[in-house]
Amino acid sequence: MIFKKTKSLERQFNKFLNITNEAGLLLLEGVKSYLDKDDKNFEYNLEKLTKLEVKADSIRREIETELYEKTLIPESRGDIFDLLENLDEIINQAKETLIEFSIEIPTIPNKYNTDYSKLVEYSINAINQVVKASRRFIQDPSNVEHNIHKVYYWEKEADRQSEQLKRKVFRDESIEKLSMKFHLRYFALHIDMVADKAEDVADKLSIYAIKRSI
Amino acid sequence: MILFFLSSGLFLGWSLGANDAANIFGTAVGTKMVKFKTAALVASVFIILGAVISGAGASHTLGKLGSVNALGGAFMVAFSAGFTVFWMTKLQIPVSTSQAVVGAIVGWNFFSHTQTDYNSLIKIVSTWVFSPILAAIFSSVLYLLLKFILRHWKLSIFRLDVYTRIGLIVVGAFGAYSLGANNIANVMGVFVPVSPFPDISIGNWFHISSVQQLFFLGAIAISIGVFTYSYKVMNTVGSGVVKLNPQSALVVVLAESLVLFLFASSSLRNFLLSHNLPAFPLVPVSSSQLVIGAVIGIGLIQGGRNIKFNTLGKIASGWVTTPIIAAVITFVALFFLKNTFDIEVYKEKNISQSHQKINVEYVMEEFSQNYKYISNDTEYFCYLDENKDRNKMNLFKGLK
Repeated sequence: MIFKKTKSLERQFNKFLNITNEAGLLLLEGVKSYLDKDDKNFEYNLEKLTKLEVKADSIRREIETELYEKTLIPESRGDIFDLLENLDEIINQAKETLIEFSIEIPTIPNKYNTDYSKLVEYSINAINQVVKASRRFIQDPSNVEHNIHKVYYWEKEADRQSEQLKRKVFRDESIEKLSMKFHLRYFALHIDMVADKAEDVADKLSIYAIKRSI
Repeated sequence: MILFFLSSGLFLGWSLGANDAANIFGTAVGTKMVKFKTAALVASVFIILGAVISGAGASHTLGKLGSVNALGGAFMVAFSAGFTVFWMTKLQIPVSTSQAVVGAIVGWNFFSHTQTDYNSLIKIVSTWVFSPILAAIFSSVLYLLLKFILRHWKLSIFRLDVYTRIGLIVVGAFGAYSLGANNIANVMGVFVPVSPFPDISIGNWFHISSVQQLFFLGAIAISIGVFTYSYKVMNTVGSGVVKLNPQSALVVVLAESLVLFLFASSSLRNFLLSHNLPAFPLVPVSSSQLVIGAVIGIGLIQGGRNIKFNTLGKIASGWVTTPIIAAVITFVALFFLKNTFDIEVYKEKNISQSHQKINVEYVMEEFSQNYKYISNDTEYFCYLDENKDRNKMNLFKGLK
């Protein structure tokens, strides 16, 4: 009976982490579709990400309710809640980014496609590593540092790529309108924020891991 | 009237249940790993079992220190010990029931002009110093062992939670059994020589001795203390004084329980002696001080940070102040009881009496150096002729 609950919680938590990973992949596919002017695929990815975000919210609430009602892991419950909510923010940020693309329809010159693709890839790498770190925190907190280090690495790469892209945009004389430059900077910032959110989770995970080590 | 005289011991039992159950289940309940009702039920059942099955050993050592031979005296000894504990707790001076009871017995010895067995006294006092050290050694070894196991046996946070809960209940049950076995001597030990209950036997299969009935009554008082007042104390222990995570709490309770058991179990003592191993004296020890010792053990393994060394000083001062205060209070209270109410607080020893009640185990233990196996049947008493008593070796051979 007790182990049944435990297994169900483990399953739910893994499902939530899989959704976080998938949200990253959908963001990657969505941005690439946008850059390739593949509207149909872009909308498909956006719709799928929106549904996934709703599902993630519901799983998060289920886990939280279960933990509270059955007073499970009372010592680390608060940390698990925080972790789930911070991971949920990554999913929200991914969805928000695609929605912004969908609403504002920024004009991105083809020569910037590689820069944006690289930026989104680095941010997704940060997400992948933070999901791995979260899984490890649940199973083996003493070895979580290895993945946390990788999150920091990809977040820094995303920052560097974002900065490079912005510098390039503002020095590009072929773009005459300052508003367009601002717009391009704004979307670089948006994508970079996904990696920042992953970094926030990593910061917290390293503290949770210390707390969990006996 | 008998119940009135026993009431001081029962009060001592109640306060022991209210305070010391928190040393077993405090962190588990305080951190909400175990429900209070579950903890109280497990604690009560196992304290009673420990007291009735294995309570005789430690109380025998107290008996050797001073055999309080009048019900009025026993009442006042228990009452004075209880009052000392209450008063010192109020003054926020660390206090242990075990130390108060020993002081009170010595106070009775002075009042009744009974010779204090200094060998027993030294044995008891040395365990006060040694037992927290032993708890610290146990907890540090267990802590390292648990750390090793968890590092190699990768458990998810959810599974670890379930195993820890089960562990806290199982170890808590062992702790409660050991607490009952070790500390019942504090509660009812002084009443053993004057136990008013007759032995009960039903056929050949059920026998409950007078002492066991006395211990059962004391254990019931402890259980009432657990149910009525320990919740508050458990919450304080769990969330305030010593902040431990559930896994460290498990280690602390296990270390504490092992030490309590070592100082309470006659069977273990006999086993160790029969294998030529050093055995521990059966002496009531302070569970609160064991907890502090065990927490310090973990603290030392973690690098000695967060250890409040002034706590150690306070404990050490309690080893001296508590017995002295209890002895003085007992002496004054016995004087008051005897002279004001004309109640018999001790019986004059008549040397010409042809029979003297001597506990068989006491005699046997004296020859433990010469014989590998020592019978532990503390329930059997024999009446010895004064002449035979002089030649205890013959008596021992006879008993064998």
